[in-house]
Amino acid sequence: MNELVVERPGPLTTVQDLGRRGVAHLGVPRAGALDEPALRAANRLVGNDPGAAGLESTLGGVALRAVAAVLVAVTGAPSPVRVDGRPAAWGAPVLVPAGAVLEVGAATAGVRGYLAVAGGIDVPPVLGSRSTDLLAGLGPAPLAAGDRLPVGTPPPYRARPELVPLPAPPAELVLRLRLGPRADWFTPEAVARLGRDRYLVSPTGNRVGLRTEGPPVARARDGELPSEGMVLGAVQIPPDGRPVVFLADHPTTGGYPVIGVVPAADLAAAAQARPGTPVRFVPLRER
Amino acid sequence: MTPGTVRRVGERALLVELPGPAEVAALYGWLSERRESGALGAVEELVPAARTLLLDGVADVDAVAALLRTARPTAAAAGVARGPLLEVPTVYDGADLAEVAALWGVSVEAAVRIHTGPEYVVAFCGFAPGFGYLTGLPAPYEVPRRATPRSSVPAGSVALAGPYTGVYPHPSPGGWQLIGRTALALWDADREPPALLAPGTRVRFTAERA
Repeated sequence: MNELVVERPGPLTTVQDLGRRGVAHLGVPRAGALDEPALRAANRLVGNDPGAAGLESTLGGVALRAVAAVLVAVTGAPSPVRVDGRPAAWGAPVLVPAGAVLEVGAATAGVRGYLAVAGGIDVPPVLGSRSTDLLAGLGPAPLAAGDRLPVGTPPPYRARPELVPLPAPPAELVLRLRLGPRADWFTPEAVARLGRDRYLVSPTGNRVGLRTEGPPVARARDGELPSEGMVLGAVQIPPDGRPVVFLADHPTTGGYPVIGVVPAADLAAAAQARPGTPVRFVPLRER
Repeated sequence: MTPGTVRRVGERALLVELPGPAEVAALYGWLSERRESGALGAVEELVPAARTLLLDGVADVDAVAALLRTARPTAAAAGVARGPLLEVPTVYDGADLAEVAALWGVSVEAAVRIHTGPEYVVAFCGFAPGFGYLTGLPAPYEVPRRATPRSSVPAGSVALAGPYTGVYPHPSPGGWQLIGRTALALWDADREPPALLAPGTRVRFTAERA
């Protein structure tokens, strides 16, 4: 079996696929790639199924040595790609010869880079997924230097002439917001202002949630909400009033009121928004 | 039973508000049965909580919302989701046991009898994989969380907070009152089922010698 040997793990690189389903009632988060379209695109470029496991890097890239020759593709945050020091394509299939080092450099924009390898990263699945879950501690630990990642059997090679759309990371993060289920915990003015006020992406965010800095959202009532089920994209308002947008490693239940939910289609951009990026919430009209 | 209030959550989820754990358990059982038989359409997650039930990844949100508005699960429906009775052998020597006994105004021995008395049921999970919130302790025995959470609680710790009993499946920070410990492996991702304390599981604690 082919392997990728980790030469440089980067600041935070994890194995990710499309995550876990059907186990939230046991307290197991969904996990999975934060920028799902980027992982799907990378998998398509190397001929994998969309759900094959790849690597998600964070800002600083990653470097790996291929034990045997392997086809890879890098998507997500744009970054320089090199094979044994020679420039190679980003957003396209790249052949890494046996013994060569694939180097994904620091992202020139965006945050999360995706590396798909033909055959997928073949670590043992846990509860139906190979994803690392940083909140619950499931799946493989974040990459460390010297780790050897097993690679699955590559799919039969097919020519893939199609261009994969790879959107640029956002200069401004626009998040649509379907209000509820707990918008009534906030004053009507606060709900209206949320659509007008400007927030910035906070540097304290992670795979659990995108945190924001900006004017606090004022509550209409005191007290505590009994813990209730949480969904991907839920915008929780903690006691400091600064909205937190739940990403893939979000807890399955939570006790802070959710003012609204960001559609999944907008979360890929959230995964690529660097700290300091302006954030605008656009409340959708209730049906 | 009257239907709960149904709230939309984003594009593909619904949150049903209910009076309490008994109604949540009944609706959870009712929905589990319908999902199993295919009558619900595709629903990825049913997540019971203290006074709500979340349905996530719902293929036909409007149809399921309409169904929920007329749903009248009987108390017997709660039985659908019930697992076998799980016995949790517990050594009652927790760091907070004396304090809990004092809060209850009884001796440590009596506190152990109080805790081993009822049959509990896992109302819901949360906080960590396999961490169940067990109801069944009579209301007068509710205790507050600790003012300062511990930075590390060992796996297997049996603990109390509010109306709930819980058993920490993994070592983790925690603010609950520790009354004992069990050697049972509450969580094993490679086992089927991975969580011994899944929603609906009935539980008895038995006192063991250290």
